[in-house]
Amino acid sequence: MRLPAFRSVCAAVALTVAGCGGGASAPEPPPAGRATGDTLSGSLAVLAASSLTDAFSEIGDAFRRARPGVELTFDFGPSSGLAAQVLEGAPADVLAAASLAPVTPLVEAGLVESEPQFFAGNLLEIAVEPGNPLGIRALGDLARDDVILVLAAGEVPAGRYADEALARAGVDVSPSSREADVRAVLSKVELGEADAGIVYHTDVVAAGDAVDGVEIPAEDNVVARYPIAALAGSANPATAAAFVDFVLSAPGQRILRAHGFAAP
Amino acid sequence: MSGIAGRASRPRRRGASALPLALTGLAVAAVALLVLPLVGLFLRTPWSRLAALLAEDRVHQALRLSLVSSLAALALCTVLGVPLAWVLARRQFPGKRLLRALCLLPMVLPPVVGGVALLVAFGRRGFVGQPVEQLTGITLPFTTAGVVLAEAFVALPFLVVTVEAGLRAMDRRYEDAAATLGASRATTFRRVTLPLIGPSLAAGMALCWARALGEFGATITFAGNRAGRTQTMPLAVYLELERDLGVALLLSLVLLFASVAVLVTVRAGSFTSP
Repeated sequence: MRLPAFRSVCAAVALTVAGCGGGASAPEPPPAGRATGDTLSGSLAVLAASSLTDAFSEIGDAFRRARPGVELTFDFGPSSGLAAQVLEGAPADVLAAASLAPVTPLVEAGLVESEPQFFAGNLLEIAVEPGNPLGIRALGDLARDDVILVLAAGEVPAGRYADEALARAGVDVSPSSREADVRAVLSKVELGEADAGIVYHTDVVAAGDAVDGVEIPAEDNVVARYPIAALAGSANPATAAAFVDFVLSAPGQRILRAHGFAAP
Repeated sequence: MSGIAGRASRPRRRGASALPLALTGLAVAAVALLVLPLVGLFLRTPWSRLAALLAEDRVHQALRLSLVSSLAALALCTVLGVPLAWVLARRQFPGKRLLRALCLLPMVLPPVVGGVALLVAFGRRGFVGQPVEQLTGITLPFTTAGVVLAEAFVALPFLVVTVEAGLRAMDRRYEDAAATLGASRATTFRRVTLPLIGPSLAAGMALCWARALGEFGATITFAGNRAGRTQTMPLAVYLELERDLGVALLLSLVLLFASVAVLVTVRAGSFTSP
């Protein structure tokens, strides 16, 4: 137990020294992460948006294989809640959010190590019952009287994006419910309570056979962009930077694509 | 109290007299646990924005819906719960303990799970909801009736458990006397039993109503969230947390004051002796 701890202290000291020498050229943590290479160890706590649950679990497995010395843990939740935890001083090393808005206050408070970088995008899609029995083809169909529509609440990003897309398409809808989060929208469609709901493409992928997806044309669609940042309070900055690197690297991006994420 | 303690022939008198002190200390800790969060709520609330918030239509809608649906749930729970409590307290039949456990289950069930259970039973594709829709065209999810049903599901056990305890504690000789004097069972229940369990019934109804008013998880899962139709105050507070903490705190206090006002009114009306 003592040796890894000693090593991580060394890594921290090395990085601090490097940071001092580097001066203003701080926005290049990747070389520092690579410099420590295989000696990376210690624990790494990653906070990530709920919609990243499946993709990041897989990225985590790949990262653990590449860096067996690192003890990686994930905490998935709503982006705003995770950001609030960081603001309240929760110990964490990396934050990956579903939009930039909740991360901005952290940047302003000096709680992030480097500028947040966008690592993935997510497109909106209409989730419908398997086989699409009501023949929903476009956003315009969501205004039909025979379609029970459910959206995420205007207070959460998925709901805001849905409103934006509907406004762009010039469609006026009266949803039966504005759910507390996007997964609740998906489960209402899965359970058959709603005929349609606007969710992320990744949600449709994750639901498998339980729902079908109807694409929204690019001119109406809204891309949710996901930022990631190493946190200033990290006890393990080299490992945190290495994880951010890994997410942005080709293998990390491949996993994200496989789960339905778009390029940032 | 001290007289009883003094008469007890325990060798360690010091211990006996230390007990009230320990109890008081623990009671103070209990008060701290219950009150400190409320103090925090008061301190963080941006009171200056209260007037503007109270003028908003969506707040009126949510408050009105909360009061209407919780009172409807209370009425439903009273009509169904008192007979159930009576059956559990007075009737003997096989499987009674299992039945009681089943009826009290919603008390320990996470409300969101309760909401999912309601959906798979009474939803549009539920094993009860689907045939009902085919016969009558009525569906419950996303309706105010769905809110009432979700609240009643969660709150009913509180009324049953309290009224059943009252029925068990009551002196049954009054019922026997009424029967001896020629009263029918229905008359006895109405004229003797109900008045005797009055305090338990009032306590059970207050608990039941409070639980219905604060209900969140089962409601949002089963009835969804639509302003003016299914968005009760707890739902409005939860969603506002995502947007504006100050407004969320104000909304919770509005709900708190409304519920305290109702409880104080009811209490003042139902208890003649202090």
